[in-house]
Amino acid sequence: MAAPVNSVGKTSADRLQANCTSFQKKTRSKLISIPGTRPSVQNGQLLVSTGVTSLDYLLGGGLAVGTVLLIEEDRFDSYSRMILKYFLAEGVVCRHELFVATAQDNPDEILQELPAPILDDVAVPKPVEQPRLTGEPQDTLDAMKIAWRYQNLPKVQSALASSSRFGHYYDVSKTMEAEIRQAAKCHRFYLPDHITPSSAAHRVESYSALLKSLQEVIHREGFDLATPMSKSRNILRVGLHSLGSALWGDDLCCHDKPRHSHALTTFLYGLRALLRSSLLVAVVTLPSHLIQDRALMGNITRLCDNAIALESFKGSERETNPLYKDYHGLLYVRQVPHLNSLARQLPDHKDLAFKLKRKQFTIERLHLPPDLSETVSRVSRGEPVGVASACGSRASGTKNLDF
Amino acid sequence: MFSELNSILNISPDSFTRGEFILVSDRQSDASFLIHHFLSFYLRARCKVCFLGLVQSFCHYSAVSQRLGVSLTQAKEKGQLVFFEGLKECLSVLTPKENNVESEAMNFLRDPTVGLRSLYEFVRSSVIGSGSLEEGAEQWGPSVLLVDDLSVLLSLGVDVGAVLDFSHYCRALVCSQMQGNMVMLVRCNGEEDDDDDGDVVSEVLLKGLTHQCNLSLHVQGLPTGYCKDIHGQMEVCWKTRQGDTPHLQKNLFQYKVYDKGASFFARGTSSAVL
Repeated sequence: MAAPVNSVGKTSADRLQANCTSFQKKTRSKLISIPGTRPSVQNGQLLVSTGVTSLDYLLGGGLAVGTVLLIEEDRFDSYSRMILKYFLAEGVVCRHELFVATAQDNPDEILQELPAPILDDVAVPKPVEQPRLTGEPQDTLDAMKIAWRYQNLPKVQSALASSSRFGHYYDVSKTMEAEIRQAAKCHRFYLPDHITPSSAAHRVESYSALLKSLQEVIHREGFDLATPMSKSRNILRVGLHSLGSALWGDDLCCHDKPRHSHALTTFLYGLRALLRSSLLVAVVTLPSHLIQDRALMGNITRLCDNAIALESFKGSERETNPLYKDYHGLLYVRQVPHLNSLARQLPDHKDLAFKLKRKQFTIERLHLPPDLSETVSRVSRGEPVGVASACGSRASGTKNLDF
Repeated sequence: MFSELNSILNISPDSFTRGEFILVSDRQSDASFLIHHFLSFYLRARCKVCFLGLVQSFCHYSAVSQRLGVSLTQAKEKGQLVFFEGLKECLSVLTPKENNVESEAMNFLRDPTVGLRSLYEFVRSSVIGSGSLEEGAEQWGPSVLLVDDLSVLLSLGVDVGAVLDFSHYCRALVCSQMQGNMVMLVRCNGEEDDDDDGDVVSEVLLKGLTHQCNLSLHVQGLPTGYCKDIHGQMEVCWKTRQGDTPHLQKNLFQYKVYDKGASFFARGTSSAVL
């Protein structure tokens, strides 16, 4: 399971939530405090920040240690790569260890592109047009005369953010300085170093080589939960770039009916086994737009815990659509996990859009402006955003019910 | 265990039909909360349970069962529960080391064409158990096999025929021979009417198992879309025999999953609506 926070001693009366621990500790010890993590307020899971505060809010406060976040890449792999870089940069700033695995570019290239942290920015940046984040009713407005039923409703927060700070902000126009980056310990896995692309072993062995390398790092550096807690603990952040693409030796993206379709799913199963038994957090990006088999995407999503999909407007007709002029793309939440509990934290809103500003990557609720034109013409709208479907529970039989 | 579900199914820890195969399935939804229900139900009913937990770690099941009032660690110590943790065993096969012994039951990971024979042998040995009982060992009720879930075996490359064979062998062993119960979870992806691109393999498995089962609980999302207060709908289908004629009885409920349980209600009677 995802590692929970331990409580002091053995007073079971105090341990009301999440009292099963995967820490096999033999002695009582103090509260585990690893830099860069905090316990979740909902269920006591240990959380880390993904580097993007809006995404942290969407995931329920942060990414739980021992889980994996699957990001379905946008068409040109620009924003998913950005989120991966945020994730790794957050690891550097929090002094976690990193493990980067790629098949396409050298991991050093990704590490050199990490955004620079804004370290002197302590206060929450002043929102320009967003409403205040607290839920206090605004008495400055006059009492509503016509829509008085709406008087007591809280103001709509379009930006997803919580009141307490967790995570850092980054300036994407600058890259992280070399001294900060080299202070963090980074393990690299570049596939062509391990397996030559033309060998017969390439097709099925690349994922198992990655799994073995990851397990070796875990054992060597002591991220295993089974090892006795002699020294201080740290988190290993794993970033896997473009899994499932043809460069990993997989033909998922090339064929309609791939022959070794279970190579990636077996790898994800092994990754889940490693995650649940170590202090690991993983972010995996996958070019899902190249995979034709939707059922396979469903299997892959189920083997990951959190799953989001990005769709950028670049290059599509929505780029010039006036409705989407404030945003860079849409974000879909495909799956939320239920960790050590029956219920899961479902998101409030399903229609989310993101935009990448220089100092922040914001995810907001998509607001379409009201159509105040006289004629009922929506020709410029383009195709609709998509059937609002639940993550993990789709609408069944949507054909007959089309409002 | 969920008391409302017990009253729907007309069972209780003291009285339930033996020799039943209960199929829990879902379509683009998550029915694993029903597996947690059945696990705590059969442990409360003092049955000997063999649980194949293939998708989550032991601590996850243990944490949820704690909230439902059953302690898995205690049941394991007393010998009532045999827990097979698929995630832990798979690493010994996927990343083999020289000293470590490979787990026999998961050897299909190395070569999926081998099939699930070793997994069945594991089930057989834990359900039949040791021949001689020690002094003072507690007598448990009928054996129960729970599998969470069967579709992950398809994702790991096992052939659908092998999975159907496995379920048939288990049913012959647990339901017919030992007169116990069996609960299996199957998950589907696509829409029901999809022909071409649909997930043919999962559909074949679901249809095959639906044919074999006595009671089927099918969980789906709401046909009207996403709702935060109603998590989905569940269709209960009983197959009984009245005299010589087989009889099919279906019932549809909506449900909402809470932290400590789930509530089931007739369509349209959710507390959010009324």
